[in-house]
Parts: sequence; structure tokens; C-alpha cells
Amino acid sequence: MGQKLGRQSFRFNKPPVIAAAANIVGPMEGEGPLAAQFDWILDDILFGEPTWERAESKMLRESAKLALRKINWQPREIDFFLAGDLLDQIISANFAARGLEVPFLGLFGACSTFSEAIMVGSMLIDGGFAARVLVASGSHHNTVERQFRFPIEQGVQRPPYAQWTVTGSGALALADQGEGPVVTMGTAGKVVDLGISDPNNMGAAMAPAAADTLISHFQDTGTAPEDYDLILTGDLGTVGSEALKELMRMRGYLLEGNYRDCGMLIYDLARQDVHAGGSGCGCSSVVFTGSILNQLREGRCRKVLLASTGALLSPTSSQQGETIPGIAHAVVVEG
Amino acid sequence: MNEKTGSSEQQLEMAEYQELINTVRPRHTYLKNAILAFLVGGSICLIGQFILQIYTVQGLEQQQAQAATSATMVFLGAFLTGIGVYDQIGKYGGAGSIVPITGFANSIVAPAMEARREGFVFGIGARMFTIAGPVLVYGFLISALIGISYFLLR
Repeated sequence: MGQKLGRQSFRFNKPPVIAAAANIVGPMEGEGPLAAQFDWILDDILFGEPTWERAESKMLRESAKLALRKINWQPREIDFFLAGDLLDQIISANFAARGLEVPFLGLFGACSTFSEAIMVGSMLIDGGFAARVLVASGSHHNTVERQFRFPIEQGVQRPPYAQWTVTGSGALALADQGEGPVVTMGTAGKVVDLGISDPNNMGAAMAPAAADTLISHFQDTGTAPEDYDLILTGDLGTVGSEALKELMRMRGYLLEGNYRDCGMLIYDLARQDVHAGGSGCGCSSVVFTGSILNQLREGRCRKVLLASTGALLSPTSSQQGETIPGIAHAVVVEG
Repeated sequence: MNEKTGSSEQQLEMAEYQELINTVRPRHTYLKNAILAFLVGGSICLIGQFILQIYTVQGLEQQQAQAATSATMVFLGAFLTGIGVYDQIGKYGGAGSIVPITGFANSIVAPAMEARREGFVFGIGARMFTIAGPVLVYGFLISALIGISYFLLR
């Protein structure tokens, strides 16, 4: 059984093992700097389906199945499937689970869903409620644009601080034993809102939540930024990352050479037309299950603090003038 | 917690944070946007003028030629949206490609294209005017108001 640390954090007594991981990305992500780290790069953004929504769900399902195939697990051997996405009523995750016949818990943490799923999955395993848990989260650029912003073919100019929703899905298989990187600690985030209301500036809306979770994590666990080889936020982009560094500096924590943001890693910001970087449920899931996990396995990196970040807005709340609350959940993965 | 009921301390924190964001957020490139909007919008109008000339030379009355030109421009805007070109023009042209009538066509065809997967009634029929609807509503409202004013003041 795990141990609660401070107000929001916990240490796993028997750290769950990341037995396998898999990811699928869209064509644009496949042209980015991390292309070699992805399992499956789609050349068709519809993934052979009639709608973008179905394509998103298929990515989630196929990435989960691919993770299982890598270690020869059958769906019937899985105790829980935890997944989420950005669409209304998390249809992509629900529909992906429909075909798997596995006990399913749908999660919504907007783009923080991936670390939320790893955290909850690890709790289930360390708490003795499961031996094998499958987690996944994904997003599709076109489904998210049409739900939250404008139709794809609409001729609009995106502001220079807007972010580009990642098309992709990443899945992890967690186990109570075996070989591989382990999840050692977690910190559940609080909902934080510093009054940003521009839905194009989500990095700025989420940065205060990321700062809150990271600082709580350091305080609760008695660690410091320099204890980690890599501190990784989900999708703050250039604006949110700068804001996070400044918020942390004001509280006496310096994020320097070991800090990265998945949204800035996944695309070549100078060459690809993504403005402030990537975002979406798929952003941290494909970056983590690809490049970061490879670094952990190869020993190039030993201790990673992953804090996926979510902007908890809806089109209705934005139109009604509500500000955008943010959330970030952190997990520590050690190689 | 809602900022409207928050303490003054929280409001101060929010104001400071907004200030921080204003310093780290990239600026809109207003001059570049204005020049591109002028060039793109001007080009669209030039094409419209050219089409109007053709119709006039072919023997249409002035008013008929204008209506035919509008129809042609709407078709071009819709066609370029359909083949996935107009959003690229809009990315650079900004207001220059939104304001002309081709932009109006774009704003009707773009949502209609996406909504076709939700069917003809609640998809295309209901969503076609999600972007253009406000333009129509307030356009009609203003024209009615001007009409009434004209009638009263004449």
C-alpha cells in the first residue's frame, strides 16, 4: 500500500512497472523532430474512417492494442483500462473501450488526462486492486478544432500565441511486476485559475496550475528541481513555459536546463506552422511513450517528473465569459 | 472559486499574472497583417472588378452585371473552400479575405462541409450558418433600421 506525502502527494510502496508503451501519430507529428520515436505514423488523417471522431477513437484503441501486443498480453488479462480525450462525453475513449471488453474507467482531465491516468492506474496497482492496468489518452487536431474553435476550412488567422492540437494517441501497460521503468510517486493537482479568459492562450491559463502542482510536489516529497534529470510539462507551449518558469522563480524554484515542455518538443517550432507549440491529450502521451520512455530505458535519463497540464474550459463556458481553470497532475517515473 | 467573489489579494495576483502574460506573449504583427490584408483583399476586389468588366462588355446592364459578379465571387469563394485553398488564403490574408463576399461564402461552406457527417437536417441545415448567421441577423436588423429611418426622415 502506498504512503501519503504531505497534502497532495504519495509514494508507491511497490512501484508499478511500465511494461510496454505504444503510440500512433498523425502526418504532421510524423514530420516533426520526434518522428523516429513513434511506433506508427499515419499518412491519412482520417485513419481509413468516415469521420475524424472515429479516427480519434481508432487511434486510442489501436495504440492500446499495440501496447498489449508488444508484451503478448490479452485484453482479458487486463484489470482496468483508463482512458480519456477532449471530446464531449469523452466519446473517443468510451468508443475505444467498447471493442476491448475490459473494465473501463473514463477519465477527463483535459490535456492532463495522461498523467492522471498513470497516477490512478498506479494507485490501483499499488493498492492491490489490479495487477495489470492499461492507460491511454489521445486527441485529433480536427475534432478539437471543430469542437472548441472554427471549422477546419474556415479562413481565419490564429494568434501567434495559439497552440496546435496534436493528432496522436499514446498508451502504457502498467504491471505489478516485471522489467521496465517504474512509477514511484504522484501528486494530484488542484484546479487553479488566475483569470485568463482567452481560449487561444491556453498555455497561460494552465501555467499557474503547473506551478502549483510542481511546488506542491517538491514540498510534499522533499525533493527539488535539481533531483530530476527531466521535468516535463504537458502542453504549455512557449508562452505557458515562460510563465511557468517565472511563477516558479517568484516562489524560489528555478527551472533551468532540465525543464522541457512536450508541446515544444513534438514540433519544430521554427519550421512547422504551429505558433506556440503543440497541445491536446495526445501531446504528452505520445512524447512520453516515445522519446522520454526510450531515454529512460536506455539509461540516458534516470528520473523524470511528468506533469501533464489541462485547460478545463468548454466552448459554452468561454462564450459565457468564464475564465479558464487549469489543472496539472504529476507522476515520477524512474528508469 | 470565482474571481468575482475572490479576495482583493487574489484579484491582485490575477492582475499581476495578466501583466506577466502580457510581457511573455508574442505580439500580433499588426503592420504585416495590415499589408497582407490590403494586398489579398485588394486582389480579390481586383478580380471582382475584372469579372464585372467582362459581364458589362458582354452586354449585361450595370445592375445585372453587379449581381452576376457577386454570384461568381460567391461561387469562387465556395469552390476554393471546397478544395481546401481558402483557409490557406485566410491564414495570410486575414481580414482581407474575410471581409469580401468570398469570405462570406467561405464562412458558410466551411461549417457545412464538416457538418455533412451529422446529416442533412441537424448537420448541414442547422450548422451551415453558425459563423455567417450573426452577419445575416445583424445585417438584416441594420438594414431594417436604416429603412425605417429613411421612411421617417424622407
